[in-house]
Formats: sequence, structure tokens, C-alpha cells
Amino acid sequence: MTANQLNPDSWVDLYADYLFNYTVARVSDAEIAKDLVQETFLSGLKSAKNFKGTASERTWLIAILKRKVIDHYRKINSKKGKAEVRMNYSGQSDAEGDWLEERVADPISTLENDAIENEELGLAIQECISLLPKKQSAVFVMKTIRGLSTEDICNELGINPSNLWVMVHRARTNLMGCLNENWFKS
Amino acid sequence: MINCEKASEICNKKQYREASFLEQIKLGIHLLYCKTCATFSKRNKKLTILCEKGNLHSLSIAEKNAMREKMQNFI
Repeated sequence: MTANQLNPDSWVDLYADYLFNYTVARVSDAEIAKDLVQETFLSGLKSAKNFKGTASERTWLIAILKRKVIDHYRKINSKKGKAEVRMNYSGQSDAEGDWLEERVADPISTLENDAIENEELGLAIQECISLLPKKQSAVFVMKTIRGLSTEDICNELGINPSNLWVMVHRARTNLMGCLNENWFKS
Repeated sequence: MINCEKASEICNKKQYREASFLEQIKLGIHLLYCKTCATFSKRNKKLTILCEKGNLHSLSIAEKNAMREKMQNFI
């Protein structure tokens, strides 16, 4: 078995969006998520010598990031009383009926599974995007995720619209194939 | 009449709501007789739905450059 190696120069290109998605799903704040990803990269650099090569680079970074997320919640909950679960009963209707029972998790509901599945789907897509050729992924991300207009993208990348649509087409075809392999089969 | 290449381009534009009404009609007619494009169109639409469901986020190029810079300074 060949040991995995760290290549910090490519971290931002390869994993920034993946880690960012992972974090946003957990802290639900883009600004905080960005900081945590940044801290993860820096911690990674700092402890690069401890990397044994048994896990893949990304798995190793995710492991660091998990600690960062936990630390983040510890920090914001460290003030006394903040960690309490609070319920607000504001309306009149709260005063009557089985209010406590209604707040217990519904055993039949599958809504929370949807959220988990969607997060995994997001990561799967992000992984497929990172496998695309650089130019295709740049165009696809700008168009699909950041929702920029065709004109803006053309200006920023210095290409013409028909070029852009060819790129989008290739990216989408590649993604369909990749998701078929990695999402629908597993 | 349009060829398959044109049809796929319109189909891609449609995923970003950038296809004109006339283009959409042309595509619709093409899909009636072209099985290959009909399949592509269906899968393309599915990809759009998946991307919406996946709740994707990404960092801008400027933000990534800032990250790279901080890493450089750190070393």
C-alpha cells in the first residue's frame, strides 16, 4: 500500500469548497464556516509532520475540521446558561392542549432524514465537481452555485458565450456520469 | 428544425432560465422525435434538481486567494 502524502499547495483548490459545504451544514453561518475552514488549513500545516499517511488527505482534513466545529460550539456555549435548551411559549394557544407532547420527535417523520441525505448529496456533488477539469469546474461553479450571469462570467474568464455553453455542457455531462457512479449506485 | 448540438445548448440554457421562448419551442419539437436528446434533457433536468437539493455553497475566487495567502504567510 502506498502511503498518502500531503500536498498543502493544492488544498484550497481541491478541498476548500468541500470543507466549506461540510461546515455550513453544521454551523449555518457562511462567515463562521469560512473562518473554520481557514483554521483547519492552518492547523493542517502546523501538524503536517504528524500525518502518517494512513488516511487520505481529505479525510485527515475533515478530522481536523470536526474538532474545529466542536471547539466553535464549546466557545459560544462557554458562558454560563447559554447551553440550556429554551422553549418559548408566546401565544395563547400554547397555554392549552398537549404542548409538551407536540414537541416530542415524531417517530414516523422522515423529514430529518431528508436533511441528512441532502447534505450527503451536496458533498457528493462537490466531490464530483472537484474531479472536473479546472476550467469546467470554474465555469460550472460560477454559473450554478454562485448564480452569476453569463456576461459576468465571460468577462471574468475572458471567454465568449458559446465557449461558456460548451464548457457548461461538458461539465454537466461529466457530473451526470460521476453522480450516477457515486450517488445512485451507492 | 434544429440539430442535436443546438438542442443540447438550448437545454443547458434552459437549466439556468436563459432560453428564449422561441428556443424552448424549437427544443420541444426536437425532443418529440429525438430520443437521445429527450433522455439527455431528462437527465439534465434531474441534475439541476439535485444541485438545488444539495444546497451547494462555494467560496469565491477572492476568498480562496485570501486563504492561500494566509497559508503562505503561515509557513
